[in-house]
Amino acid sequence: MRIYVTVKQVPDTSGTVAVHEDGTLDRASMQTIINPDDLAAMEQALRIKDATGCQVTAITMGPPPAEGMLRELIAMGADDAILVSGREFGGSDTFATSQILGAAIVHAQAGDNDFMIFSGRQAIDGDTAQVGPQIAEKLNLPQISYAAEVTKEGDKVTVKRMLEDGYMTISTQTPCLITCINDQDMKPRYMNLIGIMDCYSKPLQIFDYNELKDEPLIEPDKIGLKGSPTNIFTSFTPPQKGIGEMLPGATKETAELLAAKLLEKHAI
Amino acid sequence: MDFSLTREQELLKKLAAQFAEEELEPVAAEVDETHEFPWDNFQKMVKCGFTGIGVPREYGGVGGGAIEKVIAVEEFGKKCLTSAACLSIHLITPHAINEFGTKEQKEEYLPQITSGGKLAAFALTEPGAGSDAAGVKTVAVYDSETDEYILNGTKCFITGGSRADVFVIFALTEPEKKTKGMTAFIVERSFPGFSHGKIENKMGICGSETAELVLEDCRVPAKNVLGKLGKGFKIAMMALDGARIGVAAQAIGIAQGALDLAVKYSKEREQFGAPIANLQGIQWYIADMATKTEAAKQLAYYAAWSQDAGKPINKVAAMAKMHCSENARYVTNLALQIHGGYGYMKDYPLERMYRDAKITEIYEGTNEIHKVVISRAVLAGK
Repeated sequence: MRIYVTVKQVPDTSGTVAVHEDGTLDRASMQTIINPDDLAAMEQALRIKDATGCQVTAITMGPPPAEGMLRELIAMGADDAILVSGREFGGSDTFATSQILGAAIVHAQAGDNDFMIFSGRQAIDGDTAQVGPQIAEKLNLPQISYAAEVTKEGDKVTVKRMLEDGYMTISTQTPCLITCINDQDMKPRYMNLIGIMDCYSKPLQIFDYNELKDEPLIEPDKIGLKGSPTNIFTSFTPPQKGIGEMLPGATKETAELLAAKLLEKHAI
Repeated sequence: MDFSLTREQELLKKLAAQFAEEELEPVAAEVDETHEFPWDNFQKMVKCGFTGIGVPREYGGVGGGAIEKVIAVEEFGKKCLTSAACLSIHLITPHAINEFGTKEQKEEYLPQITSGGKLAAFALTEPGAGSDAAGVKTVAVYDSETDEYILNGTKCFITGGSRADVFVIFALTEPEKKTKGMTAFIVERSFPGFSHGKIENKMGICGSETAELVLEDCRVPAKNVLGKLGKGFKIAMMALDGARIGVAAQAIGIAQGALDLAVKYSKEREQFGAPIANLQGIQWYIADMATKTEAAKQLAYYAAWSQDAGKPINKVAAMAKMHCSENARYVTNLALQIHGGYGYMKDYPLERMYRDAKITEIYEGTNEIHKVVISRAVLAGK
């Protein structure tokens, strides 16, 4: 049994956020951190590893320096890592990224169906929450999103899933994909010193385009910038809303006035 | 010549900084106020592996050496000197047992104090034997019937003395030979005749419980002699050389922590219509603090590198301890000064750091005794 945890480097929002003139992020000049939801996904995977002895693989798509992040995850407890890196993959949006990561996991599994994929719910830069679910769709796997807690017995996976007003508990079977939330009970563990001392000697595979090109999901028009249907025309900070209006009193008339105003704005 | 940390050391630095920020800084003021160390934090240090630095894995350690110790202690010291001291002083004992212990002693005691969650302490100082370690009065008499040594005496100012489970204690097995008759023993708290006395009320590092140890016919199995009979003084001096690098690490940590706070405050605090960082007087303070702290760091890391390289460290460890501790007092003083009245208030951490920093000039040998060590080495052409 192997759990793949998809991870992403995102800008460190506690530092300075640099933006190009066209409104896109200047990633090169910013410090990066591991996406918080992805760390929660890694913690979920490591807890299952603690309980079952399964293997955990951290996987990311990015430039060669992303290796540092993967080594940190190995120092936390992952067994190994995969870095998907190639010029052909550059400029990928969530559609293309899920295509490529899906292909990489299929490639690494080599036909073995005894696996799960954990993703963070969403990354704090794009906030799309699309990559995990799209990987599941492309690999034809059952998916459960917003997981606060995951347990596994045999091939049965039980997930405590967060809703707006509570939790629901549902189950599925492996192989499957789970997207995890950064719940307060899922505080990621620290790296440990033995993990640190060993992390650079643990296996880290680099999958480039040539390694993956024979996978069915790797079609030239579905990867990289060319295969990305998303185009960003502009990005901007939304203008602040005006000051709200306070209706005084707690009378029937006030309630009627409020209802009239909401009706006028088509809110009810 | 390469001043860079290795990739693994960079990760250790990142881990130690994160640990210090998340676990140590939030409780530093409370620890100072209550004089009680949060022992669950020590267990968290154990879980991360900090207490196994410098000890091989076969004995529960994590490997690494003096540089790894300095990295961790420095990062802890930036946020909470009590916690930095706790780790730094704890590590003296496993390092001494690893260096001088038998295979059986290592197998029995090292896993307990590296990964087993037990605290260790090192007991040399006595009421009449501080910088003059030759003044030790504690005696150990061999009892051939039970194959034990019977220890009698009092140790004082022992960090962790009220909490530790495993101690290295120095006693005279041949009192007439003075230092040449001194022997080191591994002593467990549970041994009959062992107890701790009062816990000292200190000026700084208040959460570090400093206690008196009382040995009244304390029976220690002969197999617990550490190293050879009569070689205790040599063991003590070698252990203290390493410990002094630990104090240097504490000192550069608290200096950098105080400097960081001073820089932040001087950019936020406005007087005369502008941040006080715009005032030349403050800028000169910052320049002096930063330069001296950088120099202190280089000396501390050079001493650690020398130890890991197997070079003689007696002189350089003394230099690092003395210089870094003087700088810690200098920088915490100026950082408090930059904070003005706020720095003097307990709502801000500077008054605590100022009090904490002072101990680095005193323990593991006062700076005055280090001048003796240094000058003796220099005059001898070493």
